[in-house]
Amino acid sequence: MRRTRIIPLVYMAPALLMLALFVYYPLVRNIINGFYEWNPFTLDRSFVSLDNYTRLFKDPVFFTVLKNNLLYAIISVILQVGLGLVIAAILEDKIFRRFSTFFRTTFFIPVLISMTVIGILFSFIYNPDVGLLNSFLRLVGLGEWTEGWLGNPKTSIFAVIAVSQWQSIGYTVMLYVLAVQKVPGELYEAATIDGAGKIRTFFSITVPQVKEMTFVLLIYTVTGSFLVFSEVYVLTAGGPSNSSQVFSTYLYQKAFIDNEPGFASAIANVILGITLIFYFIQNKFLKTGEE
Amino acid sequence: MKPMEAHEDSQMVSPGGKVLKFPNKNFKASKRKPGLSITVGLIFLFLTLYFIAIAYPLFWMIVNSFKNTAEIFNDSWGLPKEWLFSNYTTAWEQGVSSYFVNSLIITGGTCILTVLISAACAFGLTRYQLKGGKFLLLFVSAGLMFSPQSSLIPLYELVQKMGIFDTHWALILTFTAYRIPLTVLLIRSFFLSIPKELEESAFLDGASSLDVFARIYMPMSKPIMFTGIILTAYYAWNEFLFSILFIQTEELKPITSGLLVFKDALNTNWGVLMAGLVISALPLIIIFIFMQKFFVRGLAEGSVKG
Repeated sequence: MRRTRIIPLVYMAPALLMLALFVYYPLVRNIINGFYEWNPFTLDRSFVSLDNYTRLFKDPVFFTVLKNNLLYAIISVILQVGLGLVIAAILEDKIFRRFSTFFRTTFFIPVLISMTVIGILFSFIYNPDVGLLNSFLRLVGLGEWTEGWLGNPKTSIFAVIAVSQWQSIGYTVMLYVLAVQKVPGELYEAATIDGAGKIRTFFSITVPQVKEMTFVLLIYTVTGSFLVFSEVYVLTAGGPSNSSQVFSTYLYQKAFIDNEPGFASAIANVILGITLIFYFIQNKFLKTGEE
Repeated sequence: MKPMEAHEDSQMVSPGGKVLKFPNKNFKASKRKPGLSITVGLIFLFLTLYFIAIAYPLFWMIVNSFKNTAEIFNDSWGLPKEWLFSNYTTAWEQGVSSYFVNSLIITGGTCILTVLISAACAFGLTRYQLKGGKFLLLFVSAGLMFSPQSSLIPLYELVQKMGIFDTHWALILTFTAYRIPLTVLLIRSFFLSIPKELEESAFLDGASSLDVFARIYMPMSKPIMFTGIILTAYYAWNEFLFSILFIQTEELKPITSGLLVFKDALNTNWGVLMAGLVISALPLIIIFIFMQKFFVRGLAEGSVKG
């Protein structure tokens, strides 16, 4: 079987070709495109050096985008990673274990529904006049809190982030439940014998025991927050007046609506840089970590 | 995981090697009972509220999918006065059926291609000592680092130049390419666990490498193939960015991008729109309910590799 070097390459060829053609070629091409500006219709292409980047770093929308993606990441880490672990620990506690399957299955259902469906559903829920959210607020006497959630530049990004959390917390809960189940039971027994309270047990046993999962989920959540596209596109398309714009929607708008592909390529390269940073952090820590 | 030993003097060694000490408060714990039950009550309340926050919008979507628009407007909380099952047939006939079929074709095609190509690649990577094998493994696995966003514009042009723009292939091929790295890694680690003696005896019996791949490796790796298929299907069914860009003809769109067209076309017929949403959400939920264990295990494996 080791006579020939051709056979293994034959097996690998389709995968390598697919990757070269659809992943690596466009990636390299985009890095180069960042130095050019061109018109997608006439194909006049001119080298503009770093102009796209200097323009980007002076662009006020770029800072809105950065702020929105950071908000996305911070809120997602607090709710999906932090609260997710708390909920998983509660569900795996003796007292609640009977209901665990029921709750975590329900919490997981939104993960299975595509963002288009969820986005359209929430555009009804956020509807200023007949939406569920405002009718609920009026019902409980908080009428003055009602809001055109998606139409107000002050609330739009938070309304979108809330939808993401609604969908995704169930996912981290499910993965954390699996991680908590792997913690050796003796640890909890010993803690109980020693009279450690639930909160103490959570911090000194559960949290350190699931730290590998926490790390994976941290990277997953933060990277996901910087790449988020569909919920913003469906709910607000980045508006009103760019208030809920994120990297991916801004890229989409510049490339395919405003027809500025060179500038959009620069945005894409910034996205690339950010995801690579997270990837290297992940690699470094997973290698130095145990196992 | 390291084996743990609990000592009588209530000391334990944590995974970090730190010694944890718990003060002995056995008796105090039992005295705390009344306070504890209030806490339990509060936590239960929290879980219930969270349950309502998740379940009610879904319930609302289903209930309103049986109403007409006026009723959704005037009485969005109540049950329908008349259950309009016709909303479902209307939604199905007005486009959801074709989105549904397109999604099935795209998801099915992506799953088959991804698993076959990835399995073949994993076979080449694990069963041969190849010069440059390390580089090839890196070439494949590094694909995980790159998000589709960073390649979107050249990819859009490429798909047009290849003549597959506005066809199902535009999605099947690009989805497959982006799923290959993860799937190869999953299958590779499984192949590595298959003992080499099996194939060596097969080779002695005169089997070709294709026989070994198709008759020994593929059948033995059904569980991991299944995991790969579930992960790929989940991705392909829900993918959004390529779907809205690479297919413009309405009749060819999958559910994710098609529903947006459907929504705009129906902007006054909300009941039918809700019915369309329910139809689109159901398949994965049903699969999940029947195969929860596989599904969750697949997502867990995928998340750790990813």
